[in-house]
Amino acid sequence: MTEASSEQLLRRPVQEIWTSRFQVIALVVLTLIAIIGKFYLPRLLPHTEWLELPLLLTVYFGLMRHSQIQALFFGAFVGLAEDSLAPATLPIGMYGITKTLVGYFAAAVSLRFNVESSVIRVILCLFFYFFHAFFYWVMRRALLAQTIPFDPQETFVHGALNSLIAIPLFLILDKMKVSGPS
Amino acid sequence: MEALLGRYRNLTVLVVVVVAQLLYLAYQVKTNGDERLIRVWAVTAVTPMAGIVEAVRGNTIGFLQDYFILLDVREQNRRLKSDNDKLRMENVYFRNQLATAENARALTMFQAQIPSKTVAARIIGNSTVASAKAVFIDRGSSSGIENGIAVVTPEGIVGKVSATYPLVSQVLLVTDPTFGVGIESQKGRVHGVLNCSAGKCIVAQIQNEDKVDVGEWFFTSGEDRIFPKGFPVGVASAVQLGQGMKDVKLSLSGAPGGAEEVLVVLQGVHRDIPTVPVVERSNATLLPPPPAEGGPNGQQNPKPQTEADKILQRYAQIGKEQNHSYGAYGSNMPNFNPKAVTPQPGAAKPAASPSILGARSDAPQPALQKPELSGPVLPLGAPRRKPGADSQPNQLQPKHE
Repeated sequence: MTEASSEQLLRRPVQEIWTSRFQVIALVVLTLIAIIGKFYLPRLLPHTEWLELPLLLTVYFGLMRHSQIQALFFGAFVGLAEDSLAPATLPIGMYGITKTLVGYFAAAVSLRFNVESSVIRVILCLFFYFFHAFFYWVMRRALLAQTIPFDPQETFVHGALNSLIAIPLFLILDKMKVSGPS
Repeated sequence: MEALLGRYRNLTVLVVVVVAQLLYLAYQVKTNGDERLIRVWAVTAVTPMAGIVEAVRGNTIGFLQDYFILLDVREQNRRLKSDNDKLRMENVYFRNQLATAENARALTMFQAQIPSKTVAARIIGNSTVASAKAVFIDRGSSSGIENGIAVVTPEGIVGKVSATYPLVSQVLLVTDPTFGVGIESQKGRVHGVLNCSAGKCIVAQIQNEDKVDVGEWFFTSGEDRIFPKGFPVGVASAVQLGQGMKDVKLSLSGAPGGAEEVLVVLQGVHRDIPTVPVVERSNATLLPPPPAEGGPNGQQNPKPQTEADKILQRYAQIGKEQNHSYGAYGSNMPNFNPKAVTPQPGAAKPAASPSILGARSDAPQPALQKPELSGPVLPLGAPRRKPGADSQPNQLQPKHE
């Protein structure tokens, strides 16, 4: 073994640690931005309540991480954070359960399909948005006995808009390599 | 067993996490407990950043408006002056109303008009649940805000405080599907419940027999123990007979989701529902213009105040009698010494008047009649001139009682 190769072996873990730390910090910051964005964006830009940045982040993490356990925990974290900013009349855990399932299923899908294609990503985002909205509506009806409206057509349109937003967002996240090595 | 768990490790973890959250959720529903600690931490972590973003946005927009966008400043200034004048008139009107309150009923009515004790707040963020209509305001328990109190704007109601934190509060908007408000119509005093869902608001619990017209205003009835009675809610935009209950659609007068500044009602005061239309009520009620002087037909016949007025009036009478219009082209000089002019009783008859305006006459001039004065009234104790001490006959004397 030459000296050059031994130096490379010594340097590489340091770079990986730095990359790993950057990924963790970037992920936390992006999650925070997504939640604050959902909290504040409708004040800045009216009629943007349909934008689900936390959901898109959960889907992306699940698709690119290829780990169901990590994805479900990430989804649970994001969902519980959203629940804590929800109206106090709603108990904590509604979004937590929903996004836990989204993260898990997104990671499960990524194990069977090639999710690098933008078309597949758009379709999956549309599907998961619809699943997320419908499952949340079912939980509020079943668990809380609250009757809230559910418009499939409107949900579909919002899901399509979120899917369009997801294309550039996922490309940016790909460049940042937030999800880490798969 | 271990092999089974190892084989289905992912699914097992999923089930455990979901069941744990379900149990936690069921615990909250069962105990009706608000997990305050988690919410306080989350809100305290997020709202400062939202406040910073809001401050940056407001300052940036303000800077641009102050230094670059000055196109509408003059128009805004004119409009603000107009509004200021209107408010001044309203202020004068209410001051006069207070000053002229003669009996206890008027005083009671005025006391009923005293607004509730409120505190102003600014909306800084929305809820993270798209289907739940809630916002955060920048006033919290440190400002005296408590759960369940009303939030309004001058245009209409906004919602109620659903959670309070040290520096911020959460307001559940009236447009939330789970929120109901007790309201009452203006004319028929028909009671109902305001329910909003999917961007549309209806008035529920109104019988088909009750009379509600399109365009009729609804006000808070105070029966929900949240909103004081008498706040405007909205106008009935459509009224139809339904199955047992009437279908009344309501368009809200305020914009609960679009408001930026709101008032939190710390101590609500119930008010009577106004009987006049809201649009007219917003303007100051002014008295009709005073009748014209000189009779009901509006013909003015002003009383001469000075000698110049008397001369002018006499010349106008001469011109009228001789059918002469002053300043008209081709009109002859009128005779200013007509025989038919009847002298004023008590006034000396002039021996000869000058034929030319402004020319002096050798004949003695008639004594000038002292006009009745409405001059300044001297204060009590001020030195006064005796009538006999007046040496100049033409000097005007103030008239004292």
